[in-house]
Amino acid sequence: MKKNKMVNLKINNQPVSVPEGTMILEAAQKLNINIPTLCNHDDLCVAGNCRVCVVEQKDARVLAAACAQPVAEGMDIHTNSLKVRNARKHVVELLLSEHRADCTKCYRNQNCELQELANEFSFGDHIFLDLVGEHEQLIDRTSASIIKDDSKCIRCQRCVRTCSALQRVSAIAVSGKGSEMKISTFLDRPISHVVCTNCGQCVNRCPTGALTEKNYIDYVWDAIYDPKKHVVVQTAPAVRVGLGEDLGYDPGERVTGKMVTALRQLGFDSVLDTDFSADLTIMEEGTELLTRLKKALVDGDKETVLPMYTSCSPGWIKFIEHKYPEMLKNLSTCKSPQQMFGALAKTYYADKREINPEDIVSVSIMPCTAKKFEANRPEMRDSGYKDVDYVLTTREFAVMIKQAGLDFRTLEPSRYDSLMGDSTGAAAIFGATGGVMEAAIRTAYEIVTGKPVPFENLNITPVRGMEGVKEASLKIEGCVDEWSFLEGAELNVAIAHGLTNADKVMNAISKGEANYHFVEIMACPGGCIGGGGQPIPTNMAIRQKRIDAIYAEDMALPVRKSHENPEIVQIYNDFLEKPNSHKAHELLHTHYVERVRY
Amino acid sequence: METNKISKVDLIFEHIDPREVLTKACGMSGEEIIEEILASGLKGRGGAGFPTGMKWKFCSQEKEETKYIICNADEGEPGTFKDREILDRVAYKVFIGMAIAGRAIGAKKGIIYLRGEYKFLLPQLRMELDGFHKMIEEIGCEFEIDFRLGSGAYICGEESALFESIEGKRGEPRNKPPYPTASGLFGKPTVINNVETLVNSVIIIKYGSESYKKMGTQFSTGAKVFSVSGDTAIPGIYELELGMSLLEFVKEFGDGDTKAVQVGGAAGFCVPRKLFASTVIGFEGVPTGGSMKLFNSSRSMYNVLHNYLEFFNEESCGQCTPCRVGCQQLLRGVESVKKGESKSTYLNELVKLSDSMKIASKCGLGQSVGNAFNSIVENFREEIIY
Repeated sequence: MKKNKMVNLKINNQPVSVPEGTMILEAAQKLNINIPTLCNHDDLCVAGNCRVCVVEQKDARVLAAACAQPVAEGMDIHTNSLKVRNARKHVVELLLSEHRADCTKCYRNQNCELQELANEFSFGDHIFLDLVGEHEQLIDRTSASIIKDDSKCIRCQRCVRTCSALQRVSAIAVSGKGSEMKISTFLDRPISHVVCTNCGQCVNRCPTGALTEKNYIDYVWDAIYDPKKHVVVQTAPAVRVGLGEDLGYDPGERVTGKMVTALRQLGFDSVLDTDFSADLTIMEEGTELLTRLKKALVDGDKETVLPMYTSCSPGWIKFIEHKYPEMLKNLSTCKSPQQMFGALAKTYYADKREINPEDIVSVSIMPCTAKKFEANRPEMRDSGYKDVDYVLTTREFAVMIKQAGLDFRTLEPSRYDSLMGDSTGAAAIFGATGGVMEAAIRTAYEIVTGKPVPFENLNITPVRGMEGVKEASLKIEGCVDEWSFLEGAELNVAIAHGLTNADKVMNAISKGEANYHFVEIMACPGGCIGGGGQPIPTNMAIRQKRIDAIYAEDMALPVRKSHENPEIVQIYNDFLEKPNSHKAHELLHTHYVERVRY
Repeated sequence: METNKISKVDLIFEHIDPREVLTKACGMSGEEIIEEILASGLKGRGGAGFPTGMKWKFCSQEKEETKYIICNADEGEPGTFKDREILDRVAYKVFIGMAIAGRAIGAKKGIIYLRGEYKFLLPQLRMELDGFHKMIEEIGCEFEIDFRLGSGAYICGEESALFESIEGKRGEPRNKPPYPTASGLFGKPTVINNVETLVNSVIIIKYGSESYKKMGTQFSTGAKVFSVSGDTAIPGIYELELGMSLLEFVKEFGDGDTKAVQVGGAAGFCVPRKLFASTVIGFEGVPTGGSMKLFNSSRSMYNVLHNYLEFFNEESCGQCTPCRVGCQQLLRGVESVKKGESKSTYLNELVKLSDSMKIASKCGLGQSVGNAFNSIVENFREEIIY
């Protein structure tokens, strides 16, 4: 690799040498000099919009934005001169003057980057006039997932860059100029009526409370305190490796046992696990894949198309419905684990526990904002009721724990309730990019060959990692009779996370440049662990720690293949008969719709 | 000329033989052209005054195959209307100027970014452009020009916002560096010059830098087209040598009751009567893109300032905080002082704010709002308050 030329400069009179092309901000970080930032975000391209990070360069006419200005030989930078302090204070004061600083009522109170800056730079009286009232204050509550409050928006455009560059969705963009400039949608339509996938990545990156998830906490409390209601809760695989961050733990801490205890203490009647239905998803989706392979490759069925796409990620589902409706037939018909769980909670679970499904309230705790939308889809009522009543994000769950006054750290770990609470390592890794693929291969390979996958400790490392698009091939050898047509076949798979990467894969497939059989796509960077409902902040290092925790969770579990989950075996024996049975189709599978292109 | 006297010249609009000067330029190497332009001391006529020869030299050193010449004809500065006149009367000189710049830096493609409101010029310009393309082909030089129309945003006159606009994106200034000479339109090395600057390069190539330098002053060589408006009996376009004093200018154009001149449009400075004698029009004094607006004693300077602030409030692109919110605060601030809702001392806070806007804004727009604001508030404070 070509080594970059080194550039020498001084920051606050301290010499530093950094590679050419480094921004002043990074050079300062190398010297442990803190320069405040706001519009800058590790995951996003440089903007230089907010001007909080301005620094003084000796002999320069104007200040430089440290996040956007590359170093140059001999630069003499001062990060805390009088000019800089005055300009920064003015910038913060200006932002406060256009921001509805309703801090005590704000969902982001004490986790707001503007509030932090205000603490540092602008205590005391406001210098400037309040401009909030000058603008039309519309709060868009039309989405089931996301609330957009323009009166709290400071126009840093992190959300715009997230939506366009990170996700290639561009549901939100800048409109108007000058004092009319704002973050808007196509023709100012409600956010529920544009291409928004509800992924919530914008929410994760919004420095203030302008973009938040729609909050269902009070509905859940009401259900818990309603004596007539039996409230079941399920927790997604990624929640247990993220929740800790909102409760004072470092990223990457697994808090599964304490989390289960907390749920019980909050008053949920039954604490169950989405990991159970993740295992179920593998049975259904794995079988669907093998059936599709047979139909397409052996029977020559023209109606059956390959590759098959996973369908666990509701952000991804909405993305393909908007952008590639012609490929909806490639989507697995399997509902996501959340919705499979919901459909079974009000049928199988209700039967077994002899509870009237009408009295069951089904709550899920998800790392995801799109799941809120998913639960509200009209298709998701196959139990005869709304399959999942309320979806809470990891963040909302953390708020409930605080509201209840639980001392999370001192809670004794406990285990999930039974019936739909057992799970395997294969389900745990659903939370990481590549996890569904790995879990599916662990099971499908064994169904086809009768042997475990030929990887050490079952760890299918080629599908792991943070690369945007991963590809792998697996040669199938030693098939049992039923699947002998697959003998010697090479199974080509691809994995993408983040919708920009998904779009790349989709492009390649639609142009005929790629030949895959099975493709896993997750809407969020890193998979569900990087979901839009996870604790804020997020960045690559934090996501990596959550992923490491997920794989540690997998290794720690006694059973690591979905088909060996005893409760899965039981549900097929007692209720569903076999994977892709008529009953399974009725409850666990769904269909999709074409949506608008703007 | 004596440095403070008015001296009218006629070079921009003078008719010349296009074939002759184009043939001469095509006979020169890129280096020779750049040397000549550098020697002339020509500085950009759009208002910022960057040395044209330096710009061309930087761009000529870039190794890229594709380079662009952009003619900035998005004449949007309030009170400036000279580029329209140039394009109307001597568009062929603009084309030749672009071809000269193209030869200097090794670019074969030029684009004229025409202010949307000047769309009416387009049919005529296209006809003239056909003639130019034919001529340059006959001479055996390779250069092609095309038009792009703006859509009315002032900010698109800022060079990097202009590139964004041509590229089909929202017209927002980019972070600099990289500068256009290294990475401009479509990321390629680009020279972007004002209409009048390009015509000046034709004059320099035709008459030589030595004779060009005889006009103007040491730091402000040559002449400049001024758009004179406001309280004057003879508004219009005048080509004058740089370096005159504002007093001489007012003597020529004023109505005998001039109390202030706004030099350089909304982004420029307001010079009060007491400073006319000591103010030089040129890069060593108060530079201008051409706008000279005279105000007599019947004008309220509060209204003048308010008008400029409303303009900026609307025309800021809105991406950076100091400019987007700062403009709103300045506008609402002077209103509230005028209404007596804020103390007059609040003006001091606003001056400090505009000082911050000058150094913390992302582009020239936000950086220059403070010019008009500070010079009007400092010199006509009582008119703002009472």
